Amino acid sequence: MSTPTITASVTIADETVPRVQLAPAAVDLLRSLWEEHGPLMFHQSGGCCDGSSPMLFMAGEFITSDQDVRLGQFDIAPANEPSQPLDFWMSAEQFTYWSHTFLTVDVVPGRGSGFSAEAPRGVRFLIRSELMTTMTPFADSADSDTAGEDAVASATKAVPA
Amino acid sequence: MTVYSVPGAPGSKITFKSRYENWIGGEWVAPVKGQYFEDITPVTGKAFTEVARGTAEDIELALDAAHKAAPAWGKTSPAERAAVLGKIADLIDANVEMLAVAETWDNGKAIRETINADIPLAADHFRYFAAAIRAQDGDHAQLDGDTVSYQFHEPLGVVGQIIPWNFPILMAVWKLAPALAAGNAVVLKPAEQTPVSILVLMELIGDILPPGVVNIVNGFGLEAGKPLASSNRIRKIAFTGETTTGRLILQYASANIIPSTVELGGKSPNIFFSDVAEAKDAFYDKAQEGFVLFAFNQGEVCTAPSRALLQKPIYDSFLGDAVTRARKIIQGNPLDTDTQMGAQASNDQLEKILSYIDIGTKEGAKLALGGERADLGGDLTDGYYVQPTIFEGHNKMRLFQEEIFGPVLAVTSFTDYDDAISIANDTIYGLGAGVWSRNGNVAYRAGRDIQAGRVWVNNYHAYPAGAAFGGYKSSGIGRENNKLALGHYQQTKNLLVSYSENKLGFF
Repeated sequence: MSTPTITASVTIADETVPRVQLAPAAVDLLRSLWEEHGPLMFHQSGGCCDGSSPMLFMAGEFITSDQDVRLGQFDIAPANEPSQPLDFWMSAEQFTYWSHTFLTVDVVPGRGSGFSAEAPRGVRFLIRSELMTTMTPFADSADSDTAGEDAVASATKAVPA
Repeated sequence: MTVYSVPGAPGSKITFKSRYENWIGGEWVAPVKGQYFEDITPVTGKAFTEVARGTAEDIELALDAAHKAAPAWGKTSPAERAAVLGKIADLIDANVEMLAVAETWDNGKAIRETINADIPLAADHFRYFAAAIRAQDGDHAQLDGDTVSYQFHEPLGVVGQIIPWNFPILMAVWKLAPALAAGNAVVLKPAEQTPVSILVLMELIGDILPPGVVNIVNGFGLEAGKPLASSNRIRKIAFTGETTTGRLILQYASANIIPSTVELGGKSPNIFFSDVAEAKDAFYDKAQEGFVLFAFNQGEVCTAPSRALLQKPIYDSFLGDAVTRARKIIQGNPLDTDTQMGAQASNDQLEKILSYIDIGTKEGAKLALGGERADLGGDLTDGYYVQPTIFEGHNKMRLFQEEIFGPVLAVTSFTDYDDAISIANDTIYGLGAGVWSRNGNVAYRAGRDIQAGRVWVNNYHAYPAGAAFGGYKSSGIGRENNKLALGHYQQTKNLLVSYSENKLGFF
């Protein structure tokens, strides 16, 4: 049986639509890494060398705070197995610029990713993005920064592609 | 035009060993667990050597060696340490081509950059800190007639350093030079994408330093970086990388109550005011080049001018000229001195850049140039090459807000000064920025109003020793490249001395 895509539950207050999902390759890798390390968590990184990528840590290794947003929670357990909850976090300031996009965690061959747990496997996690479909975030914002902000706010009510 | 031979080929400046161990206590030491990983050159996408896959056990060995070396090294005079740094600089200068070829092969960047920038700058940084430590005075204050406060600089002891892959040797030297000048012993972990060039440097300079003063352990972040950063046997941890790992390192530092300097990237605005186009003269030509510098080092620079802000009256004409110029960027064999843009440093970096080009298109940004992986054919066909890419869009797009770390430029327009500053500062980062204007008053004010640690005015991408470098906002904490960095590697000892014979009179 092929591995399914797994969509995260909604964890942001007053939202109803998921924001993040795992591609099948990511599910397979996460299950394997869970076997090796135990419970896990994602924190999406910002810029620089290994950045703008999701970092995978042992659950609780990275201390989150009010300055972070939990975008969703995956359960990576196969059907009828005990739950394996895995949170996906991002810094709140970064989320203000990302909130109009739906994220898919994928896997590509690669090397090195900060302290992320997949690196020794010769692969790394990668984010693929879609616009939340019911919004046009920059449609009338060519001359105005504020239009973009309004559109970003509406993204929380949108549905993913 | 010169095309340097591939490492190991006849006439090449360097032949890599088939395997590199860790450099600990002044000698090559096999990793405790006996594991190695392949080092891939981005030039061809092929492995060319293997490197120790260090673990916590190797970090402990390196810390043992560093602790053994630190007391004596910390007691040497500034003149002695400056002499050592000077010898290192001389050796680097005498081996520029060899180191440049090694760096280009490990990282993928064009040889003209390693020969003219990375390696000479590395030598110069050692010289700068050799001079800085000799020129550094302590401090004293006569607090009253009989009481004097003396302040001495003391080394911290053993420090940890984690190095990025975009300028592997130069970034290591940015951290090594002040740490060594200040009298510390170092355990350094290179990036796993570029683990070898710094070892080639150690082969060259290793004998100059007392054993254990510099120790290099390679390996993956989780397996070697974390044990170093979280060790209670270091007195400071320095890191260049991205925000999440930066926070994690600060978290580890807090557990040990040690200082940490972190340099965490940027999304630097490059602002062009209308007056740059008042004449099509040498200055206009310079400004055009300043725009195209987004492609320098394949865009893999924390301060890459990845957001261009053009004032509306010149938007179309300036952009048109700049796109024409960027279209002429020569991509090719990184070992060819005519090549202007080499390979991205790794496959996952290539994939990430392509994923941003994808989201930029989906966000509605307009592609003005490039936008695809480049297949250079022949031996380079599997290398990690991306076309220089220019998008037009809006500052709220993720394309404008995230560090892509590739040759991808996001261009937008602004109306007036206030609009320019507002857009420039609308980012979580504050590492670099550029301001271009013929009006010195405007350029000065913009330079002061932009929230970034380094603002280039009428130039870009210069990194001379002496000019302080570091971030505002989420771009990090601390300054490098300047004598200020010595303070990040020194403890302050205060001797408060009474020269009075008279008692206090309290008891």
